[in-house]
Amino acid sequence: MAGDRESETHPQQTQSPPSPCGRGDSVFSVIGHSSMLPPADALSVSGLSHRIAGREILAGIEIAVRPGSFTVLLGQNGAGKTTLFSLVTRLYGAQSGSIRVFGHDLAREPGRALALMGVVFQQRALDPDLSARQNLRYHAALHGMPGAVARSRIAAELERVGLAKEADRKTRSFSGGEMRRIEIARALLHEPRLLLCDEATIGLDIRSRAAILADVRGLVRDRGLTVVWATHLIDEVEAADPTIILHRGRILRQGPAAAIVSDLGISDPGAGGLQDAFRRLTEAA
Amino acid sequence: MSTIQIEAERRPLGTVTLAGAWRCLLGILWREALRFVHQRTRFLSALVRPLVWLFIFAAGFRSVLGVSIIPPYETYILYDEYIVPGLIAMIQLFNGMQSSLSMVYDREMGSMRVLLTSPMPRWYLLTARLLAGTLLSLPQVYVFLAIARFWGIEPPPMGYVAVLPALVLSGLMLGALGLLLSSAIRQLENFAGVMNFVIFPMFFASSALYPLWKVEEASPLLRDVCGLNPFTYAVELVRFALYGQVDTQSLLLVLAFAVVFLGGAILAYDPARGLVARVRGPGAG
Repeated sequence: MAGDRESETHPQQTQSPPSPCGRGDSVFSVIGHSSMLPPADALSVSGLSHRIAGREILAGIEIAVRPGSFTVLLGQNGAGKTTLFSLVTRLYGAQSGSIRVFGHDLAREPGRALALMGVVFQQRALDPDLSARQNLRYHAALHGMPGAVARSRIAAELERVGLAKEADRKTRSFSGGEMRRIEIARALLHEPRLLLCDEATIGLDIRSRAAILADVRGLVRDRGLTVVWATHLIDEVEAADPTIILHRGRILRQGPAAAIVSDLGISDPGAGGLQDAFRRLTEAA
Repeated sequence: MSTIQIEAERRPLGTVTLAGAWRCLLGILWREALRFVHQRTRFLSALVRPLVWLFIFAAGFRSVLGVSIIPPYETYILYDEYIVPGLIAMIQLFNGMQSSLSMVYDREMGSMRVLLTSPMPRWYLLTARLLAGTLLSLPQVYVFLAIARFWGIEPPPMGYVAVLPALVLSGLMLGALGLLLSSAIRQLENFAGVMNFVIFPMFFASSALYPLWKVEEASPLLRDVCGLNPFTYAVELVRFALYGQVDTQSLLLVLAFAVVFLGGAILAYDPARGLVARVRGPGAG
């Protein structure tokens, strides 16, 4: 388990280690690193701006996500959450600014940065003609995982999300909630240290939403995984969650949700208070 | 636990190594093969199209159009023998465009994101995808050749082996063209445009149906157009290879076009420079 490893090896003091097979084993660029480097944020975004067809989608984004945290990226539809995730996952290149994942610069070391990341996209990204197991196997291959390791990780992750018995069903026959569970299993297959979830509960019923949210929060608690959870649903935020409020491509506030609320002089620390704070901030922007 | 063991434990499963890159390639081949098997009609239509040309179009023309002795033929041949290399290239052209369609489909279904967020370099992922598409065209070609043999088209036995590298090369060139086109096609609906503006002009304005000297008799301008068409050289490469010969000019031009198309596709899919990010917004959110 990632959490066990991290307790052994102080992950915050290092970036990714060299290949145990030596430098010659790596076919693609691997930048050197040192165990003397200062602690790295799980995700660090600095001075990030992005335009599409002349329209400013993101402006001056500065984010530092603490390792082992459940960080919420809160914003309405069109706020720029998906664009930000597309840049962080290198689907699109950053036009300005930098993105680092556990200290690895995404532009210079994309392989290392992406290997440390698991992603659940807002849009379903399963091949409907393949079974759950085949979808996961494809993902394992894309991450270069050895066959035996892949088989064992696929079995473990499908078991964990409660779909081991359905592993050989085509994914088109699964419900929305089940598909999301498969996507979470897939995102965790290569044992990433950072999980990005973009509106992972969108379109799900209340029970499925709660189950998925609880499952992902459990990963932070039990495995020490870092999660960035993009959502527009305020009731998914807990008072202690580090929260980033994104609106029209700009960060309005960031910090623990409770602190954001209290800074605005709102006495209700619950979802109602955050709702009020969110409304005030976005209306003023 | 030794340092190296700790390092190995901490190394993300998705780290890019030579073995990992090989497993990734196999995974992409496996997934494309699986999809091909699922789409039985794709195989049938890939065969029916050239067979209709051979059994109906060429049979009708054989009585009115013979081809005099031109390399690589050592004797006067009937029209249906002449047209076979063009029909082989047609199978590969449609297969290349099918791969392009499949890339656009993957983009719409979201599975493209899974591919592009792999830690492997993007050029490698695209090349692997291209290779998978090319390899899938080979059984289609050989089944067509087997049926054509029953129809009396009997190249020398060694030709069946000699044509293999030519098929791989021409398949790579046409697949790379499809890959490049897929970066510019926004929606599946636009694929009809590819049929009208790419496949048909490429096929008809080439040496697939008539030798270039015959085209020149009809129109020197059309001869020049055929001479600029990369498909002409794919057809000639296959034609000569099928008779155990190498057409050096076609070989070099097909190689050059393959490099140019693939290079263009890699640039188009490059997150920092590509067309894809500029043409398509990453979506709301």
